[in-house]
Amino acid sequence: MSYSEKLSHVAVLGAAGKMGSGILLLTALEMFEQSTLPENQGKSFLLDAIDLSPEALKGLRKYLAVQAKKNGEKKTVWLRSVYANRADLIENEQIIDQYVQDVVDQVSFTTRIESAYDAHLVFEAASENPDLKVKLFKQIDVNSSVKPWFLTNTSSIPISYLDQNASLGGRIIGFHFYNPPAVQKLAELISAPATLPELTEFSLQFASRLRKTVVKSNDVAGFIGNGHFMRDLLFASSTVARLSSEFSVAQALYIVDKVSRDYLVRPMGIFQLTDYVGVDVCSYILSVMDRFIPGRGLKSDLVDSLLSMNIKGGQFSDGSQKDGIFKYQKGAPVAVINLENGEYLPLTEVAPACDSWLGALPQGWLGWKQVMRLADREAHLASHFATLRTMPDNGAKLALEYAQWAAKVAHGLVSDGVANSTIDVNTVMMTGFFHSHGPVNNF
Amino acid sequence: MNKKVYMAAGFNTVALGTGRKEFHPAKPRPGLEHYITEAAKGTLSQIGGAKNVDESVIGNFMASRFNKQGHLAGFIPMVDPGLAGKSATRTEAACASGGVALTAAIRSVLAGTADTVLAMGVEVQNTVKAIYGADVLAGAGWYQHRKAGHAYFFPGQFSNRAGAYFERFGREDSRKGLARWYRNAIENARLCPTAQEFHNSAKDLDALALTPPNGKVFVDHLNVFDCSKVSDGACSIAVLSEDGLKKCGIDKKDAVEVISFAQVQRDITSVPEDLTVMSATKLAVAKALSQAGIALDQLATIELHDCFTIAGVLMVEAIGLAPHGKGAEWIAEGNSARNGKLPINTTGGLIGWGHPTGATGVHQAVTIWEQFTNRAGDAQISVNEEKPYGLSINMGGDDVTVVAIVYKKN
Repeated sequence: MSYSEKLSHVAVLGAAGKMGSGILLLTALEMFEQSTLPENQGKSFLLDAIDLSPEALKGLRKYLAVQAKKNGEKKTVWLRSVYANRADLIENEQIIDQYVQDVVDQVSFTTRIESAYDAHLVFEAASENPDLKVKLFKQIDVNSSVKPWFLTNTSSIPISYLDQNASLGGRIIGFHFYNPPAVQKLAELISAPATLPELTEFSLQFASRLRKTVVKSNDVAGFIGNGHFMRDLLFASSTVARLSSEFSVAQALYIVDKVSRDYLVRPMGIFQLTDYVGVDVCSYILSVMDRFIPGRGLKSDLVDSLLSMNIKGGQFSDGSQKDGIFKYQKGAPVAVINLENGEYLPLTEVAPACDSWLGALPQGWLGWKQVMRLADREAHLASHFATLRTMPDNGAKLALEYAQWAAKVAHGLVSDGVANSTIDVNTVMMTGFFHSHGPVNNF
Repeated sequence: MNKKVYMAAGFNTVALGTGRKEFHPAKPRPGLEHYITEAAKGTLSQIGGAKNVDESVIGNFMASRFNKQGHLAGFIPMVDPGLAGKSATRTEAACASGGVALTAAIRSVLAGTADTVLAMGVEVQNTVKAIYGADVLAGAGWYQHRKAGHAYFFPGQFSNRAGAYFERFGREDSRKGLARWYRNAIENARLCPTAQEFHNSAKDLDALALTPPNGKVFVDHLNVFDCSKVSDGACSIAVLSEDGLKKCGIDKKDAVEVISFAQVQRDITSVPEDLTVMSATKLAVAKALSQAGIALDQLATIELHDCFTIAGVLMVEAIGLAPHGKGAEWIAEGNSARNGKLPINTTGGLIGWGHPTGATGVHQAVTIWEQFTNRAGDAQISVNEEKPYGLSINMGGDDVTVVAIVYKKN
């Protein structure tokens, strides 16, 4: 079966979720493009958007239309050639409107999983629950007559586990998009030893058509991205615990977040990132990793206490940030949680004592945004870290400790057989997490 | 011309659009009413008020689509009750709407039906995204050609002209001319506070200008720097007889004299015979210069319609400043720069100052008036007595309507 035949009928599970909606959009756009090829004229292309919530599916239809329109506005030169034979479509506006309609018309929005029984490809973006995923795959596979390929967006569950427990015989691959899938350039591709080579080949082609940067990860829980992020979070949590003898937890959270953002020149601090991903999601990922890689201390008391206080973070459906470890105004943290009473303390109150303990930022310091725009970013970062090493301040010391830990984690991912090289780890952290530099470097 | 005609009291609003610091696509912006009022009042305040105005002409291309608003002459009395009860006319000739507003005003003064005409132009185009604005602006061409045309219709038309020029006269050398045109435009605009590119601080303009075109997302032979931008703005000037000058209390030194004008029409349904020639422009300039009885070496400055850098090159040739195929080289040598042999578009032209389509023709007249009355501020060029003439060329569509006007410094 050819690439476009495989794409002629696709189902997306959890299509209205944060990740599912992006996967659905990208698949719908690619499907439309395939349908315009001369050899595919007159063939039908069908995309099932399957989700439990009818309300969310309504929102998904809107999202798809809005995003398809944006895409059409960028690709009008091409679309005019696609619709060249339509004498009734003359202006760009008419052509873009028709494109939006054609993209949306490919999709059937449904709450019924039965729609997936005829699909050649099943993209799964359900919640990060191994048992749920296995159940879904099994149900579809036993009812299907076409032996579908499964692409799972899991960010932590070993593919072999899913393959064996759903009895898929290697018809499954990990295709881990980053959030939001339509924007983020990175895709982690995880082939289990049993994964069919032709499925891997298809996935590489699909990723390349979507212009994604692919990093192949081996089939170990958490893979590269969460493998690094979660251990980063564990280090941050233990540092908070360590600082708690001198500071309140709120102050310690502020300190570690600031060091990981400003001193390590990242787009956001580790706890803001935790809020972005969702404290509950982080907890889920940690529990999966701990289950499949037991005895490695993949547990966080801090995450557990946050969750016990119902502090979850995550995002609203419009992409704006919910309050979590921090309270946000216009996307920026303005207050930090006090774990003693569940109330938020304004950063203006928390910061002064912490900042004076940290000391001044190194001379010539630039924030992440500015550094990312530098033509010679490497040289700037080299001098930044060199300066940190000369500084006696607590902030500089903590930053270097943190950076060493990040490098150690990266090497560990290679020695544990998760990543094929530290270059791959660097690519994931820089492309998927937008770090200004990889954890393994010469700074 | 059977009597003397003057222009004075020019005014330009800011040309607003991408590049201006105050422009933000998601924030609310002034509309037609604001621009018309600001520009008209800018002229009225210099001519003793609305009581001295006999009639008004307002040039506008496509408010009917950009702003869902027709009947623009109806806004003239809104500016000042003193304009109510008098004649007001809206002119439309695509991007030459402003130029045609000027010729309508000149004709009325010549006919003796008015001594003082408020001539203005306005366009507010940032109401739609560029890809839809391209649909609206395509109305300057023949609708029957739209289907086969490019997504960005006019950039497509001029890309075809550029492609033909490159093929015939060499791509690399021609591109050098286009690049120099762009650099001149931005450098001049940086001297004019109302220019859209006034805030432009790009360091290497030559490198930007030489960005390779990408036909997959734009057009084959031009890059975005070869194109004028989407602008909002209005411009205004008074067109007066000698009596008009007296009534308004304007000294001749503060006015320019209109020596001649030509308005030429080409068939919108026909395709140019030779894409490397602008025949209507050539004819309009020849007519205007011959009526004026002056030679090219008597010109101190020219304002010409560089909606695209290639239009700048083709117009230089249509004027006769360089032989066919040599325009790009003439520009690359710096002849049209502000310190060159003949400074062209001294406040940036359409690429640098901006191109609020219906206002552009009037903006050209205002710039020449500013230069000839020593009001151009940092953009001022020196004008000596041996070369007291200026020329403006305003074009609608692809060389379809062309207005050429010759001015003299008093």
